[in-house]
Amino acid sequence: MSTRKDTKVRHFWLHLIAIIVGAGIIVPVAFGVLGGFKDNGQLVTNPFGLPSPWVPENYTAILGSSGFWRPLFNSTVIALATVVLLVVVASMAAYVFARFNFRGREGLYTLFAAGLMFPFAVAILPLFVLLRELSLLNSPLGVILPQVAFGLPMTIIILRSFFRTIPGEVEEAAILDGCTPFGFFWRILMPMARPALATVSVLAIVASWNNFMLPLVVFTDPSWWTLPVGVQQFQGQYADDTARVLAYVVLAMLPALGFYAVAERQLVGGLASGATKG
Amino acid sequence: MKTTTQGPEGRFPAPSSHRTPTRNGGRSGLHPEQLKPRVEGSLRRRRRLDKLTIALFLAPAMALFIVLVVGPIALAMYTSLFKWNGFGGLPENFVGLDNFRRLLEDEVFLGDLKRGLILVLLSVVVQLPVALGLALLLNQPMRGRAFYRLVFFAPYVLSEVITAVLFTMIFSPNQGLIDQSLSALGLESLQQEWLADTSTVLYALFFVISWKYFGLHMILYLAGRQSIPKELNEAALTDGAGTWQVFRHVTLPLLGPTIRISIFLSIIGAIQLFDMVWVLTGGGPIHSSETMAVTMFQYGFRRSEVGYASAISVAMFLISLVFALLYQRFVMRRDIEGAITTMREKR
Repeated sequence: MSTRKDTKVRHFWLHLIAIIVGAGIIVPVAFGVLGGFKDNGQLVTNPFGLPSPWVPENYTAILGSSGFWRPLFNSTVIALATVVLLVVVASMAAYVFARFNFRGREGLYTLFAAGLMFPFAVAILPLFVLLRELSLLNSPLGVILPQVAFGLPMTIIILRSFFRTIPGEVEEAAILDGCTPFGFFWRILMPMARPALATVSVLAIVASWNNFMLPLVVFTDPSWWTLPVGVQQFQGQYADDTARVLAYVVLAMLPALGFYAVAERQLVGGLASGATKG
Repeated sequence: MKTTTQGPEGRFPAPSSHRTPTRNGGRSGLHPEQLKPRVEGSLRRRRRLDKLTIALFLAPAMALFIVLVVGPIALAMYTSLFKWNGFGGLPENFVGLDNFRRLLEDEVFLGDLKRGLILVLLSVVVQLPVALGLALLLNQPMRGRAFYRLVFFAPYVLSEVITAVLFTMIFSPNQGLIDQSLSALGLESLQQEWLADTSTVLYALFFVISWKYFGLHMILYLAGRQSIPKELNEAALTDGAGTWQVFRHVTLPLLGPTIRISIFLSIIGAIQLFDMVWVLTGGGPIHSSETMAVTMFQYGFRRSEVGYASAISVAMFLISLVFALLYQRFVMRRDIEGAITTMREKR
């Protein structure tokens, strides 16, 4: 009897804390969502309540302009191209690191793994100079290729450890059946590695989607801006129009939150395993 | 040169033949004597094929990594030795270590180090314990647990830029949520220009960082907590330990590796912090929220002092590297060997 009461009391406190922290997360976002439906006068006179009247124009104006759709399209294209290229290149390398013996293997692998220690900001200046010399400024490749290169360490590490878990007998059987190394890689290893590929893909998409520094310096031409750059420039342009900026921010959040809802398991699993396992 | 298709541990012998037409037939029809030359020939072919595979499969990754990661970092080290505005081929005005000497006297840069340290300390004292507490909370069976977890972690997927723009509005002095709330509570005296006041801006920045990242640390702790066998806690409880004692003497020590990784991520994150500051405050007012990366960006892309900016990059590189090596050597040596290579905060 008393234990049940204890549990109830304990649950009350658990929920109370969780709700308070949850509110801390949700209130700023709700402020943005509702603020987008207000005009600037309402934001001052009625900061907490529901909008009255509701002013959908902020949202509709943004949804009706290319200033939102164009960055959204660019971000999508760049994220997809990054992830496809990254996964192909990294899984090929991870396959070699996982299943072949050759001199210098561990040294090379360590070099890649050490890449995790290189902050992106360290390379941004020379990277900019390099991309300028290669005429890759204002070109999506100028963002995609460096993103792939900087994504390699994490991706190779995760894929290599997964490829190692596939039993040698599978490879032996494939080879006895006349599989070449490439055939084994393409027809057997890659299909078997689908869960790991999903994890690294989700991580790569999130990283590409949120990248700011590189697109900021590579794209001076607004038609190539990605969503983070678009948001930042929009804020600069409409600094005094709070309600409109809020509406843009909220719309810019939606794709990421939608993706999170779909890919939550891979994302969380990937982060947890990326940080705790070899 | 050993080149075989064996797994890393050499768990199975090299294939005797890979030209067998069917799964188990074919080979049995041949005498061992007849088989021998064919096996040797095919092994040689096999090795050549393997070498080719290794080369072809590694080439794209190597090329990208060398040209776009290793190369630029080496180039940053080189240009840090010059006074250079970033234009016209390679730098020419060699100044040796002058840029680094200037760095050690640059109050903004020294301030960056101090501010980075403050952010790290605040994280370790405030953000991570909160994340740990919530992780243990969400580890309890309770209704709505999955939903809470989903909400707490959601800010992590928003870009730093979007988070920063949202919070610029929230900290704004007129229409912002915080000052409006204070005035609704009758606490007008506490109202501030949070982001424009040198005494509050760093804490405002820390608040936004925590808002965005505590969910990540919470997820790590949850994963760490779930890898601790239930029996250990149960045994301790049966032996008469209280909840606090179980936490102090069982859970906390076993979470050690996770906590050390989480602290590591916080520190690396603080060294690299750029997007959020750039958008939230631009480093101001008067550098009071500036980070190393922001200072580097200012010199490199706004003032065309590429040589000096490169010196800042190199300093960032050395600080992360030395920190990572020392951390691995002294703090994480008890954890899985080589684990340091597997973690990094996403920028």
